Amino acid sequence: MILKKLTFAVTLALSTNVVLANCGDINGRVSIIGNEFPAIQTVAAAAATCASDSVTVESNLTADYQTINLPGLQGNPAEYTTAVITNSSIVALMNEDVIRPLDELIAKYGQDIPKSNLITIDGKVMAVAFMANAQHLAYRKDVLAEIGVEPPTTYEELLSAAEMIREKGIMQYPVGGTYQAGWNLATEFVNMYNGYGADYYKASDSAEVAINNPQGVATLEMMKALTEYMNPDYLTHDSNAATAEFEAGNTALINIWGSRMATLQDNEGAEEVVFSNTISGGPLTVAGGTTPATALWWDGWSIAKNISDEDAEASFVAMANGIDPSILNDDTMGEAVWMLEGYTPSAANDGVFASIKAGSKSFPMLPYHGLLHTALGDNLSDYLQGKESAEQALADTEAAYTTAAKEKGFL
Amino acid sequence: MTANTQKKSRALNLLLIGVLFTWMTLAAFPFLWTLWGSFKVEGDFFSKANWANALTGPLTLKESGGLFTGAGYHGAWIKEAFGIAAINTMIVCVFVVTISLTFGTLGGYALSRSTFRYAFWFLIIALIFRAMPPITLVSGYLPVFFDWNLWGKLPTAIIVLVAINQPFTLWMLHSFFKNIPKDLDESAMVDGCNRFQAFRHVIVPVMWPGVITTGLFSFLLAYNDFAVTAMILSKENQTMIPKISSFLGSTQTKGNVMFAVAAVVSATAPLFVMVLFFQRQIVSGLTAGAVKG
Amino acid sequence: MKHKTFFWFVLPSSLAMLLFIFFPIVSVLIQSVHVDTEQVIKEVTNCGPFGCETISSIDQEATQALKQDNPLGRFAGFTTYLDRRHLAIGEISTAWRSNNGMGDFFKQLMNLPFYKALSFTLAYTFIVTPLVILFGFVIAVAVNSAVKWVRGPLIFFSLLPMLVTPLVGALILFWMVDARGVVGAALQYLADDPNLSVKASTPLTWVMLMVYGVWHSAPFAFIVYYAGLQSVNKETLEAAMIDGASRWEQIRYVIIPHLLPLTTFIALMQLMDNFRVFEPIVSFSAEAHATSLSWAIYNDLGGETRQLSSAAATSVLTILGICILLLPVLVRTWRDFSRK
Repeated sequence: MILKKLTFAVTLALSTNVVLANCGDINGRVSIIGNEFPAIQTVAAAAATCASDSVTVESNLTADYQTINLPGLQGNPAEYTTAVITNSSIVALMNEDVIRPLDELIAKYGQDIPKSNLITIDGKVMAVAFMANAQHLAYRKDVLAEIGVEPPTTYEELLSAAEMIREKGIMQYPVGGTYQAGWNLATEFVNMYNGYGADYYKASDSAEVAINNPQGVATLEMMKALTEYMNPDYLTHDSNAATAEFEAGNTALINIWGSRMATLQDNEGAEEVVFSNTISGGPLTVAGGTTPATALWWDGWSIAKNISDEDAEASFVAMANGIDPSILNDDTMGEAVWMLEGYTPSAANDGVFASIKAGSKSFPMLPYHGLLHTALGDNLSDYLQGKESAEQALADTEAAYTTAAKEKGFL
Repeated sequence: MTANTQKKSRALNLLLIGVLFTWMTLAAFPFLWTLWGSFKVEGDFFSKANWANALTGPLTLKESGGLFTGAGYHGAWIKEAFGIAAINTMIVCVFVVTISLTFGTLGGYALSRSTFRYAFWFLIIALIFRAMPPITLVSGYLPVFFDWNLWGKLPTAIIVLVAINQPFTLWMLHSFFKNIPKDLDESAMVDGCNRFQAFRHVIVPVMWPGVITTGLFSFLLAYNDFAVTAMILSKENQTMIPKISSFLGSTQTKGNVMFAVAAVVSATAPLFVMVLFFQRQIVSGLTAGAVKG
Repeated sequence: MKHKTFFWFVLPSSLAMLLFIFFPIVSVLIQSVHVDTEQVIKEVTNCGPFGCETISSIDQEATQALKQDNPLGRFAGFTTYLDRRHLAIGEISTAWRSNNGMGDFFKQLMNLPFYKALSFTLAYTFIVTPLVILFGFVIAVAVNSAVKWVRGPLIFFSLLPMLVTPLVGALILFWMVDARGVVGAALQYLADDPNLSVKASTPLTWVMLMVYGVWHSAPFAFIVYYAGLQSVNKETLEAAMIDGASRWEQIRYVIIPHLLPLTTFIALMQLMDNFRVFEPIVSFSAEAHATSLSWAIYNDLGGETRQLSSAAATSVLTILGICILLLPVLVRTWRDFSRK
């Protein structure tokens, strides 16, 4: 059966290729570096249809892209001509000034790209976004029906629902999340902190951190309250583990990436009672706030600076072709929340759309925020394990960040 | 110490059998479990509901229609072209072993025959070189390799692996050569050979056991390396281990994890043949006195 | 051997090490005493699919001008080595002056990333290394006493923990020790505690990492010892037997002295490898409970903004740490060498 599906996908891809290749008159080298999840594979495959006698298209899609893309763009000429990035990973490239403004290329070749997809910084277009992502609630409607409550819209409601599920003996650890120490935990902190609405830094032009405040403490306390209802191994759970827990029927309320919803709702890896009752909920608010406790992400692409104009044009055209609305078909539609014309959202994508509509903040795109993210990931687990106070954990984070920011010349 | 040179008490025999049995279980169980699980689907083999699912396979039955499925193997070898990675690994292994051993035997021989102090310091410095964490080395290589257009190519990975492995190879071969009597090559030199001829005609014929043993360790390093190959090989030149890691990815795509499991089982099979084949040489090689600190 | 001959013999190997190890070490040393030049920040408007906001960004022109003047960055001397992420001299002296007793001082010390990492690294090194040597020896003796024809398969299966790539080996073991995995369930049954979870407890995580370390490295010690056993002088053994030596006395007075040089070699390699423990921490997602020096380097390099100076300083400290650890072994080697 799988084989049949596969051949179908391949023939489909082949047949669409013919329609797709609309690459105009370009010649040069296109070399793509990016992460490896299916949506990016789709874009790279569509970009590759521009390959011809005068154009070579190569791609290196790997989970280690963040380590490789910066050195790969720094050479002259750069090994990679285009990088697929997120609003978080673009910062490292902008900090080192290795990507070029796209305004001229857009004027020449990119009139079809919707204006809302352009990432404009200081008046210059630096990237083109093609998909959105956010962490939001996913729940089991059968379990909530059993305890007789509506799907939660705030974290406080989620906690009381979790308590009821436990009391009724349905599940011992009904809550799930991506709380793995490191990058995941820091991301969950950012989500929750956004819900409390405080600033990360002392001023908008200052790199001086300011998270050790009452909202920061409240954020950690809410996270700790949630972990009481999580599997005790929560500090090792990344999105793969959180998904597996949910599919095994061990959790009923999880905060999960929108891009994983399709996995949760398909009929592989889970019993029917689990996948048929899985609903993509909206983002949650916290402490009576109106801004959801989540962060919005986009994935997009940029063009390298240290390459010939010819290669840059070829790369731009190929990538613009890679995000042409014609890449959307039955198979690729569910891979992501595409920000492309003709995209018809399925029920799996409700959560991300709800997050955008509810006015969630986007993930901070600041030159020094990566350092704070690393510091958060390293220092918060001590508090969650009860080894130190919330204030101490935040103070440790601030101290770690400040040391790093001094080394990088931000302070 | 062979069985016939001494009588063993029954208690001792039982103890030895007990030790062997326990160790075999510990060493082989995870692999045998993996071998079994590679024919199941992910939801069973990595079941978070009940470990027994890996044995009974309820989801395998539901999703593939049988108790066993070859989907992992099909995916790895046919869909993802694991064969190309296997060929790359073969190329890397052959060259790493050959070059390592060529450099290592020359250096190790000289180090074992020199009586000057600098030979000792050479060995010590090589040891300190080995102390450098590989992850720092690799991140240092990246900008240079990209600048000089060396990144992504198999020869680059081969020479880096050779260099990183040189300290270990030198130490091992040096101690091995120390156990070959000096009279052998020195008498050849009295007969009019120069140093290289003596090495070529007298030492080379007797050095194979030690070289094979050292070669085995070089081979395993090249075969199992992840830190270097994952960072400096491009997609089309990928060896098996980074390829397996790409099956896992940052966000695991359904079923791809089982590609990785199937690929690992496939990658271990040739090692079984190799170990059985070289078993005698490994042992006789070390017997002749390699690794005498 | 003449100097000139020696030179030509070691040339290829030296060249390889010079290019790919020595030069990187030098650049790491230089990197560790420099920090980045000052980054000039300006406020910009940032518009994207989710709306516009005012954020700060690096003023590339001004920053590039500064960088051009100092391509290596600002010279910082040993400040990176002494800062909070490394030796943390300032934090330690504060803690020393203001602590409430030794326990509190120790707690504050363990809250500093370098000392937290060092404590696990040292514990791991000093527990795993002797156990690897011990188990390797015991297994070698046991396999050696087995009937000849089963030895081939025995050797293969004994080598398996070393052969299977840690990448997936750890993934499968990580599932096994999960509370719902086969080993985790067995442990719960043995401990008679249905809530026991290895991954949730710091001491158990340490034990798990160390057990994995021994399991993974014991085959290395085993194969070296097994080979060593083949060359035990049979005449000495027989003479000892005729003298009425018990089995244990044979091991104690004949076999162990024979294997001593091998033990030095294994200890040297294992001390070094264990001090750089890294892979299991990542594979077992254990960073909340245990960190190591190599993990700290990985963490500095793997973040979105790479902290090169910090990673360089930790690398240099790792090399120094290994040198100190190996000193006794090196002194011994020096004596051996001088004797010759």
